[in-house]
Amino acid sequence: MSPRRRRLPWFAGLVLAALVVAAVFAPYLAPHSPTEGDLIKKSIPPIWMEGGNPEHPLGTDRFGRDVLSRIIWGSRISLVVSLVAIGVAGTLGTLLGLVSGYRGGRTDAVLMRLTDIGLSLPTILIAVVMVAVSEPSFRNVVLVIALLLWPRFARQVRGETLAIKEHDFVALAVVAGRSSAWIIRRHIFPNVVPTLLVISTLQVGYVILLEGTLSFLGVGVPPPNPAWGLMIADGRGFLATAWWMSLFPGLAMLLTVLAVNLMGDWLRDHLDPRLRQVGPQVELLGPAVTQPESTPARGIAAASGEP
Amino acid sequence: MGGVGGSGAAPPDVDILSYLVGRAFQTVLSMLVVVSIVFVLTRLSGNPIYLLLDVNATQRDQEILTRHLGLDKPLPVQYGIYVMNVAVGDFGNSIISRRPVTEHIWERLPATVELGFVAMFLSVLIGVPLGMYSAVRRGGVLDTAARVFAVLGQSMPTFWLGLMLILFFGVVLGVLPAGGRGGLLHLVLPAFTLGYFTSAAILRLTRSAMLEVLGSDYIKFARLKGLHEQVVLWKHGLRNALLPVVTFAVLLFVQFLGGAVVTETVFAWPGLGRLILESITTRDYPVVQAGVLVLSALYLTGNLCVDLLYSYLNPRIRHVSS
Repeated sequence: MSPRRRRLPWFAGLVLAALVVAAVFAPYLAPHSPTEGDLIKKSIPPIWMEGGNPEHPLGTDRFGRDVLSRIIWGSRISLVVSLVAIGVAGTLGTLLGLVSGYRGGRTDAVLMRLTDIGLSLPTILIAVVMVAVSEPSFRNVVLVIALLLWPRFARQVRGETLAIKEHDFVALAVVAGRSSAWIIRRHIFPNVVPTLLVISTLQVGYVILLEGTLSFLGVGVPPPNPAWGLMIADGRGFLATAWWMSLFPGLAMLLTVLAVNLMGDWLRDHLDPRLRQVGPQVELLGPAVTQPESTPARGIAAASGEP
Repeated sequence: MGGVGGSGAAPPDVDILSYLVGRAFQTVLSMLVVVSIVFVLTRLSGNPIYLLLDVNATQRDQEILTRHLGLDKPLPVQYGIYVMNVAVGDFGNSIISRRPVTEHIWERLPATVELGFVAMFLSVLIGVPLGMYSAVRRGGVLDTAARVFAVLGQSMPTFWLGLMLILFFGVVLGVLPAGGRGGLLHLVLPAFTLGYFTSAAILRLTRSAMLEVLGSDYIKFARLKGLHEQVVLWKHGLRNALLPVVTFAVLLFVQFLGGAVVTETVFAWPGLGRLILESITTRDYPVVQAGVLVLSALYLTGNLCVDLLYSYLNPRIRHVSS
């Protein structure tokens, strides 16, 4: 990585800060209701265009709902979905990874085979059927994403555990008669935390894209929630007459994912040099890297949001 | 590489044959998991006979149909029958059209494969020359531009990119068709949308592989021999940098098949991905199941083939057995 990368990416930091502020203070920041519109004021163009209204800087959609307000409230959905999904997947994956790496032997073989299978599934396809059949809802989206995400954590944490296990302080703890659970909790887990932080950050962008894709396809967060993917889908039929309905939420999504990815890159370079591998994969994998020993394309697929 | 299973490269002390067998075994397991997920989901989605019969059906009709579909048998037996049917390619009939599901699949598959092929071709066509150029002119304007292109690619929501391309080329400029399948022109936007991210990835892969090759002794020697720079670059350089790029391109094609749902929906492309979504809307579950299973099977076997190809091409893995 070039030295340039070592500096804190202020652009990414700024965007993320804005996102968090928007999500937390949405009720105070948003000028209008995200779900209720005024049909008289439908499809108003952005403020700088002819017919624009200063009350609706980014225009309104076909139900007269304020686009800016919906984007602000939408940041909440993106943030909550990624936090919860990564929280669930991270906890499950970390537990399995720790046990798998520490126990070794047959436990490890079984768990890692399971992980391999999980990683090999065509993500979007599975997510689409799962959510579609089980009725699109907030909870189902989060669950499905978490279900598809845990193997990434398990594999990485297991690798780390294997390395940490070799240290003398672990052997000493064993000699001292400490239980496996104690050793994992006190010695292994704290050493895995930096890696965990990096993987989690690197997955945020992926989760936001995946949620957006599902919502866009109509099998994600149900309407009238102001999910960005839904807003883009809403504007799909009105590209010729009301392009702002799709353009701005997509821009918000692009900026957010970009910022998270840049931040993840930076974190990785700082906290966990081991995640950077030598060779061509490094460059290629970029923010998507979560499994150094895996194929370049795996990371790519992850980042593109297309399995 | 080792792939998709993320299983990493074959460990050096394991001989190649057992590695291959292991990978094949894992692919079968993965497919079984997909089949099981689909089976469980269809049982969760409610009793299929209510979808098949109209409201006027009598109790007797329901019983006959239940027995006919084997729904009166215990679940494990149902599961066994289901797996057997899937294995021989029997997916039943569509609820809407009453035609065999396989017919629907065969109608739509060519469009998906066509789009995937063109997208892969386009990615290589854009990615390889740009990647070579940025390796040779390292740090130049184009190298920087390529970097931005690649970083953006990783953060771009595919469906949004597709819509914006439609907006610009279809609506504003009016030079390209916004959707549907037709001549070559119809392929441009969907193929670019599907291939944008991957062309960025191929670009970066080519760039770093080229940089590595260009720093090697045989390139220095080729230059010392006084060979023309273009010959050095294209013949000695690219040829050696190409292995990872080619493997990767094939892998991409496979992934396109799995991910076609989004692009096909945006561009109203009559492929398998769109068929799945349409059938979800009409609750035509047999078609949904079959579509997902076929795409998954293609995806998994494709990944397996790439792994086998790679272990054959990569001398480090190939020579382990000898």
